[in-house]
Amino acid sequence: MTTTATQSDARAAGPASASRRRARRGDLLVRYAFIAPAAIYMIAFFGYPILKNVVMSFQAYDFTTFFNGEAPFVGLANYTATFSDPIFTRALGNTALFTIGSIIGQFVIGMALALYFRKKFPLSGFLRSLLLLPWLLPMIVSAAVWRWILEQDNGALNRFLEGVGLISEPIPWLVSSSTALLAVIIVNIWLGIPFNVVLLYSGLQSIPDELYEAGQLDGATGWKSFWHITLPMLRPVVSVVLLLGVIYTIKVLDLIIGLTGGGPANATQTLATRSYEMSFIEFDFGQGAALSNVLILIALAFSLVYLRANARAAKKG
Amino acid sequence: MSTATTAPAAPGLTPTPHRPRSRRAWIHTVIGIVLVAIMLFPVYWMVNASLAPAGNSLNTQWLPLNPDFSGYSRALADQGQNLITSLIVAIGACVLSVAIAAPCAYALAQFKIKGTAVLLFVVLISQMIPGIVIANALYTVYTPLGLINSIPGLILADASQGIPFAILIMRAYLETFETSIVEAARVDGCGHVRAFWSIVLPVSKNSLITAGIFSFLFAWSDFLMALTLTTGETIRPVTLGLYTYIGTNDTDWSAVMSTAVLSSLPAVILMIIAQKYVAAGATGGAVK
Repeated sequence: MTTTATQSDARAAGPASASRRRARRGDLLVRYAFIAPAAIYMIAFFGYPILKNVVMSFQAYDFTTFFNGEAPFVGLANYTATFSDPIFTRALGNTALFTIGSIIGQFVIGMALALYFRKKFPLSGFLRSLLLLPWLLPMIVSAAVWRWILEQDNGALNRFLEGVGLISEPIPWLVSSSTALLAVIIVNIWLGIPFNVVLLYSGLQSIPDELYEAGQLDGATGWKSFWHITLPMLRPVVSVVLLLGVIYTIKVLDLIIGLTGGGPANATQTLATRSYEMSFIEFDFGQGAALSNVLILIALAFSLVYLRANARAAKKG
Repeated sequence: MSTATTAPAAPGLTPTPHRPRSRRAWIHTVIGIVLVAIMLFPVYWMVNASLAPAGNSLNTQWLPLNPDFSGYSRALADQGQNLITSLIVAIGACVLSVAIAAPCAYALAQFKIKGTAVLLFVVLISQMIPGIVIANALYTVYTPLGLINSIPGLILADASQGIPFAILIMRAYLETFETSIVEAARVDGCGHVRAFWSIVLPVSKNSLITAGIFSFLFAWSDFLMALTLTTGETIRPVTLGLYTYIGTNDTDWSAVMSTAVLSSLPAVILMIIAQKYVAAGATGGAVK
């Protein structure tokens, strides 16, 4: 890298060391100019918002602030209010259930499909790319479609279940507080399957066929080869898939707002939806910021674990 | 288990690649089609319900035997403007993302200057920051700046997903990129900017397309920024239009589903014409 710099300097400036230094500084400036727009953007649209959220979380920042510009500092009041709010506890529990349920469902079904599509058969590649579709659709579109499918009286799911005799009465999927969270999790599983399939499939592709052939010689077929060859070989990819799944799932907002709006009776309220509600429905930006800081901390914790796992996966090849 | 006992059975067990197994393979295809059909049922249902006659859509038929396009004409009348807004915002965010990300990705991959490691770490982490955090703070600064209800405001906010993703995708590509041609050009007196513009960009066209497609899709699909950073009906992306549509008391599902179909078109079109880039982006964004 330094060789290119000195070579071009030598052509431009000759042996005089002062001008060479100047040229090198100019070169360095040009290099930084490549990064500058992105750095400025990242500071303005990530650095600043995070900082602003931290500051706001210690302020009484509400609707009046937009009129008189006053947002007095209130210490930890927003945090104590947040943590003592029963809806917060509910949202925290829902976030955990939503995340764990979604991850397990997405992963198990995603893995099954990835294994299936590893078989060589006509149209395999084409069908696999069709599977991506749910992941590419805007989340709010999926929410709208599922709202219609899960509709109590005319929804396709209840009509199907009644048709095959599994239920005798329509299930109020999205409007009953006992089923709403389950319904939201089901939809999120559907949304997450493509992502799991793609990553797990590419992980499976990197396992050499010889391993399975050797395993067959030792009598490892079917489940045995899955447990003793596929899973161990896939472990780095699996940890990346699971961690990314968690990171993406804890911040899901569009889907829940589109399906239930956090209701009924906070049954599907998560930290993300509650934070939105605090800021933009109740216009208490201070408390909304406190809540979203809790969300950032959770996301960051998983992100750091993810970055380590990913680095390890990259090292292994 | 010893090799000796299994050795005689081995030739039968090892699949010979050229043995004609077409019938079994086709059975796999049929099962594969069924699995994909189950997964894509909601997409089918959306199209099916969009073709149901308006007013009579309370009980959508399983097959659209009498397709009725009144849902679409109502959707276009109600949401046509919003679709155009979405298109402008998504194209703007796509161009902005690639324009900002490409030089940065090149610098991260090729210049070993101070701060690049930090920047790369920040880019990785930024992808994991919940959007509500950004929206929360942006609202408070957008208000005094007059960026609420504005197309530039939405473009800038929506690029917050596209830019980190585009940087990572393009950097992953440029890391493996053969530097010798750039070095040769540099020796011949070609500046960094010229080398980037006339050598690096043309060669990395594929990663540019991948990054651009995803930046477009992210912005097109955005709901949160539209929800928080617009308040009126004048500037309203179609995702938000769809949301307010569902919320109306007397929901006309065929119009809602027609809007949903129209809002899905970019994803479907991109998947058809740019399949390989989509698959590349799906894996590249995560495992790099």
